[in-house]
Amino acid sequence: MTAAAAIACRDAAPLAILRERGQREVFCGLTGIVWLHRRIQDAFFLVVGSRTCAHLLQSAAGVMIFAEPRFATAVMEQRDLAGLADTHDELERIVARLIERRPDIRLLFLVGSCPSEVIKLDLASAAARLSVRYAPQVRILAYSGSGIETTFTEGEDACLAALAAELPASEGASTRSLMVVGALADVVEDQLRRIFAELGIGPVHFLPPRRCADLPPVGSGTRLLLAQPFLNETTRVLEGRGARRLSAPYPLGADGTAAWLAAAARDFAVPAARFEAVIRPARERARRALLPHRDRLQGRRVFLFPDSQLEPPLARFLAGELGMRIVEIGTPYLNTRLLDAELPLLPAETLVSEGQDVDRQLDRCRAAAPDLVVCGLGLANPLEAEGFTTKWSIELVFTPIQGFEQAGDLAELFSRPLLRRARLEV
Amino acid sequence: MKLTVWTYEGPPHVGAMRVATAMDGVHYVLHAPQGDTYADLVFTMIERLGKRPPVTYTTFQARDLGADTANLFKTATREACDRFRPDAIIVGASCTAELLQDDPGGLARTLGLPVPVIPLELPSYQRKENWGASETFYQLVRAMCQAEVAPPRADRAGRPVCNILGPTALGFRHRDDVAEVRGLLASLGIAVNVTAPQGARPTDLARLPEADFNVVLYPEIAAVAARWLERSFGQPFTRTVPIGVGATRDFIREVAALAGVDPTPALDDEHSRLPWYSRSVDSTYLTGKRVFVFGDATHAIAAARIAREELGFEVVGLGTYSREFAREVREAAGQLGLEALITDDYLEVEACIADLQPELVLGTQMERHIAKRFRIPCAVISAPVHVQDFPARRSPQMGWEGSNVIFDCWVHPLTMGLEEHLLTMFREDHEFHDAAGPSHLQSEQPRESKPAVAPVSDLAWSGEAETELAKVPFFVRGKARRNTERFARDRGLSVITLETLYDAKAHFGR
Ligand code: SF4
Ligand code: SF4
Repeated sequence: MTAAAAIACRDAAPLAILRERGQREVFCGLTGIVWLHRRIQDAFFLVVGSRTCAHLLQSAAGVMIFAEPRFATAVMEQRDLAGLADTHDELERIVARLIERRPDIRLLFLVGSCPSEVIKLDLASAAARLSVRYAPQVRILAYSGSGIETTFTEGEDACLAALAAELPASEGASTRSLMVVGALADVVEDQLRRIFAELGIGPVHFLPPRRCADLPPVGSGTRLLLAQPFLNETTRVLEGRGARRLSAPYPLGADGTAAWLAAAARDFAVPAARFEAVIRPARERARRALLPHRDRLQGRRVFLFPDSQLEPPLARFLAGELGMRIVEIGTPYLNTRLLDAELPLLPAETLVSEGQDVDRQLDRCRAAAPDLVVCGLGLANPLEAEGFTTKWSIELVFTPIQGFEQAGDLAELFSRPLLRRARLEV
Repeated sequence: MKLTVWTYEGPPHVGAMRVATAMDGVHYVLHAPQGDTYADLVFTMIERLGKRPPVTYTTFQARDLGADTANLFKTATREACDRFRPDAIIVGASCTAELLQDDPGGLARTLGLPVPVIPLELPSYQRKENWGASETFYQLVRAMCQAEVAPPRADRAGRPVCNILGPTALGFRHRDDVAEVRGLLASLGIAVNVTAPQGARPTDLARLPEADFNVVLYPEIAAVAARWLERSFGQPFTRTVPIGVGATRDFIREVAALAGVDPTPALDDEHSRLPWYSRSVDSTYLTGKRVFVFGDATHAIAAARIAREELGFEVVGLGTYSREFAREVREAAGQLGLEALITDDYLEVEACIADLQPELVLGTQMERHIAKRFRIPCAVISAPVHVQDFPARRSPQMGWEGSNVIFDCWVHPLTMGLEEHLLTMFREDHEFHDAAGPSHLQSEQPRESKPAVAPVSDLAWSGEAETELAKVPFFVRGKARRNTERFARDRGLSVITLETLYDAKAHFGR
């Protein structure tokens, strides 16, 4: 039996899809910088924006920053907008100061924001010009993390898409290689590398790499295995360069991780027996780790507010591996193409809402009275104060949750709030 | 453009949110893109509010730009009014919407809403959070106090009456300061008419003119409104902010004079332990400790006075990010023989601290980062706030109890008296070296043994001198290094030897 088949497949019964437009309560794409700046260790992110953008980054990063952050904001002022200052000269001055202060920077991203988009500041050409000036020491790229164009994790997509366009072309186009796409914690990357090595799959590259000197090559032999479901634009750019995406569920949970690995194993023609032998110990371990959480979560009803686009795979994991009942899956965008292997695994008739009207959604949530609400930081404490048990969703993006060894940790993120509520007697 | 690593203040609309969130019955419709909704978490996570800030964001997207963002705004405003049924609505734009020039005030007026609509003009590319809070409070007060009132000017029991102005949501210890100041006023027999914005409704603002005078706790937020109330209704307002023992005494006298009551009972009731704790012999080691002070203007000025007059420290630097109050801070610094540091550039503050090498930093959460890197003890005296600034226990900065809290907070991060001597005597003890740090602060001590940013110097240290310097306890090492280098530079020496080190020690010995 292959791992993919281990996940019970739903008949083609349709999902109920609700599309909403109203007030959104989500981060903008700038937020991705909070994890990307730690992932790519020689990169720096310079947001060209307003005081609001700087305040967002600071508030979202909050206490999580112990070392000096590798991000900053070039805050535009009245004189930049009134045309009293040449914005390109100003930008050059700031970049010079930055590179002088941080000589360890090898890759600098100029990150666009709403104000820079609205005044049509051309950061791409600024990056190209500056790249010439600082080559070969520093490579300078641009992308937009603005809230009018990107929602939360789409900032990572925009960043990786910019990087994808810069990847070297692989030599010998037909030689097959695997590229795992999407920022992962170092510990997860190391585990996955070991598994791929044991399976005999290689060469394996990760995008983004830990250092920008290690940009992986791409070509028609490249197979893409997405570690995150929100990488629409990145996938498009890589496919444009000849790579082919392997359709797979995302590596969340014991079965999800097995199915994800199986997609690569099939493509690399790993014999079924070998695949089973390699993954069995870790998958068994992951299943054992899930058991205590399953006891706590089984039959409980969960409502997911839209946040990171991870919601459909998370719901699949919560329903399929932990026995939870899904009340509503909110997602900022329902990207059916990249979820082609996920959506069929969701329970029939699940309500999926795309977009948001936060007050209406809160009304639905209150009416449904779920056992657990997965939502953003702006909503969590107010809902707790109303008596709901919540799991704040940003942790699902900041915590290593992918792969076999993290399956138990992922389940615990959902069971702990319930356990806590059960324990407290005040 | 300005390079910004950390910001001391958010944009002005966050200031407006602080006022709206503090009040009851006010709703704020903010024309802004989706990402700006992050501001909610500042209130729900840092202040741990159990309700969402009363803010509706239009969350327009790129595809709306060519089309009709104005209509989006109108719909959002109408729906917010229907859903939340506020007593008053404030409307405005964030930085992005400001560029669209949709005129939220004009649009809202066309809707014919059943409640007062107060438009806010908060220029995001010039102003910041405190200014935004101040302007919002002022506009709300003006809008609600329009009716001519014949103020009763005394409560039913015949007591003089005042208002308390300034506390907002997300304020640095505002919650506890208000309780403390109410206690002081009660001990003087003064009644409180309205406290605003915290806890007030728009209808309460309309009653502000009924008081005899105003107590302004946070001039950054309430001075503009207080000046308008003075002009319009002849209400004087307090200038002293009661942070510290001396300032609390001054405040009592000022308030008593405004109210026409006798200050003596309240002054006699002084229950601060600070004066005695400062005199007790254990505090001898505090004498002349070099402190650097940075924060909003009110807290920085107050801290400098306490540091010098009430704890016997030496203030070596004083600064603020509140440009609107630069004059006041310059004056305070001038009295200490210092030049004030007026900046909102975190890197500039960092450079100043690196240069001064103080023994204690009294700053904001930002200076905590800096001090940690330089391994200098630090206490937080001012916003920007952090979740720790909303402690579960009462922890005011104002009044008698505030002075007790301040004594503990500032002295706590320092190495305690006798320990300081033992560290010097037994510096070879392997469990007693500097990386171990003060014994009562084990958990807070940074792990790395060297400061992340070494002070830059044009002078060469001989190996021997460097080794000897390392034997100086870490909390005065920076000062020793700095003094020695100054001494060497004054004498035109380019290399520092063991001799130079001890010559300098003798020269600067205190
Ligand atoms: S939504 Fe736009 S203006 Fe707001 S923080 Fe994000 S990029 Fe900046
Ligand atoms: S000493 Fe304690 S209470 Fe005082 S500022 Fe530091 S952490 Fe906060």
